[in-house]
Amino acid sequence: MRRARWAYGPFWLTYLFLYTPIVVLVAMSFNAADTPYSWGGFSTSWYGELSGDEAIREGLVNTLVVAAGSTALATVLGTLLAVGLARYPRLRVLAVLATLPAILPDLILAIGLLAFYSAVRATLGLHSVLLAHTVFGMAFVATVVRTRLSHSDTSLEEASRDLGAGPVTTFVRITLPTLAPGIVAGALLAFTLSIDEFVIAFFTAGPKDPTLPIVIYSMVRFGVTPEINALATVLLAVSFTVVILAQRLTRLTDSLR
Amino acid sequence: MTLLSVTGVSRRFGDVTALDDVSLDIVQGEFFALLGPSGCGKTTLLRVLAGFERPDTGTVTLDGADLLALPAHRRPVNLMFQSYALFPHMTVEKNIAYGLHREGLPKDEIRARVAGVLATIGLPGAAKRRPNQLSGGQRQRVALARAIVKRPRLLLLDEPLSALDKKVRAEMQLELKRLQHEVGITFVVVTHDQEEAMSLADRIAVFSEGRVEQVDAPVSLYRRPRTRFVADFVGANNLFDGVLRDGGVEVPGVGSGPLPCEPPGDLPAGSPVVLSVRPENVRFDDEGPLAGTVMDTSFFGGVSRVAVEVGGLTRPVELTVPGTAPADPGKPVRLSWNPDRAILIGPA
Ligand SMILES: Nc1ncnc2c1ncn2[C@@H]1O[C@H](COP(=O)(O)OP(=O)(O)O)[C@@H](O)[C@H]1O
Ligand SMILES: [Mg+2]
Repeated sequence: MRRARWAYGPFWLTYLFLYTPIVVLVAMSFNAADTPYSWGGFSTSWYGELSGDEAIREGLVNTLVVAAGSTALATVLGTLLAVGLARYPRLRVLAVLATLPAILPDLILAIGLLAFYSAVRATLGLHSVLLAHTVFGMAFVATVVRTRLSHSDTSLEEASRDLGAGPVTTFVRITLPTLAPGIVAGALLAFTLSIDEFVIAFFTAGPKDPTLPIVIYSMVRFGVTPEINALATVLLAVSFTVVILAQRLTRLTDSLR
Repeated sequence: MTLLSVTGVSRRFGDVTALDDVSLDIVQGEFFALLGPSGCGKTTLLRVLAGFERPDTGTVTLDGADLLALPAHRRPVNLMFQSYALFPHMTVEKNIAYGLHREGLPKDEIRARVAGVLATIGLPGAAKRRPNQLSGGQRQRVALARAIVKRPRLLLLDEPLSALDKKVRAEMQLELKRLQHEVGITFVVVTHDQEEAMSLADRIAVFSEGRVEQVDAPVSLYRRPRTRFVADFVGANNLFDGVLRDGGVEVPGVGSGPLPCEPPGDLPAGSPVVLSVRPENVRFDDEGPLAGTVMDTSFFGGVSRVAVEVGGLTRPVELTVPGTAPADPGKPVRLSWNPDRAILIGPA
């Protein structure tokens, strides 16, 4: 059935609504003028200024350290958690508890973690942010991997055992490869979430090692400079790449099924 | 020589008794079939043999040694799964080599055996393909190759042909039989299709609700069913519930006298019995004890099936006659058979 063209109007309107802020942001990052109220011509000078900014560079390094570390930990722990939950189906409540940190408001997790760190008298620093991000990252990885697991065929593992493979060989050669698309997707999710996570990082970071979102926040408090627009555009490009990469990877591995 | 001996094996899942005191002996080199309707415990028995299910009671020995003591990956037994369970992330070649690598065989030998088995199953060109690039029949062959390349003492096949369409299935039946002959491995095949079991197996165990009803060669199973279930399940049949008398079987309200039957052996007169007469053994006979009306005829190229409604019976009596049917629907007829073709099944 062909629809009249105007029937798609609301559809395109939602896209307009979704992407207007982003388009404005990207445009302003190339604005030579330093106010958002006038267009001073095309310029990449804000990007130059950005690369020379020491605080931002430090924040970026901190963020990447936290994101990479917490992603690695969350991927391993989350995968094990998902597999464990699938093997012991009796633990329904535990399955719900495992996904809870992913849906809990960040603020609650942040306050809880801060309380915990003070209770054990831990010093705050990059390590405390890294562990905090591992907590929710793990919940995301476990959820994604569990979805994958529930669609996977347990007879594959049995076939492996039948052909003479012990439990460890079976896990490494059969279970992990069949879960790979889920694991990769979960890892990328954990990574992107960690990179722009603000609330939890704000509560659990030490004063000397702010992550990028905290750096940006403290800059914005004194007014938005076009430099921030340039930074946001860079981050946007990075997340976009990661998401597309994730889709490609899952499609690639899926096509092998 | 007995290869596998199953004795008194039972397995319950909650209220369901999947296996109920099953005992079987399987002989070295034979093609054995487990036949029964869906849900009667066939897969459960295979899983017990493969090591994925523990029986609640009973013993299983292979070559005289306790099989249940070994974990699945140490048993000289391979299972071909109903879903084939090919590893999707590996090529055909890697799938087949998987089990050989687990034995730690030298690379050259693995390569030679994989190439050999690919030739045996007739897929030498498919080595580098992945399971999702194969047709159903090809997947079935690869699954079979992956199991036989291990040269197990016993190969278990769970409904190996049920996922294939009819034409490919007939082809694969012949193929399976040829292969079994060629590799000399003892096959245990599960099926719910009695024609398939009959055409494939040397011996068949008929299952019903977790119990073994009868173990016999296909011809004996057909000619001499020992329980009502077997008589009904294996091939088309006419069954009459009645009481044994001197002159035959008396079915209350049916027939103009006792129905002819074989000599009763040691069954005493007065026993409740089931009389089983195959459709090809029933004939039109104006002197016959059964009177009825032709309900329906159908021509199957060469033979015709005729259904005759007989007063007092719930199911019409079926008969097959060569050529076209000699009577049209609505015509009154009388039926009879040779006494020695009417099998007595004793009280259960
Ligand atoms: N793991 C299980 N848990 C509960 N019930 C099961 C399980 N496996 C089999 N059953 C039950 O046992 C019975 C026999 O099953 P199965 O051996 O698969 O039958 P078949 O292969 O002859 O169709 C069925 O009623 C089935 O529902
Ligand atoms: Mg089954």
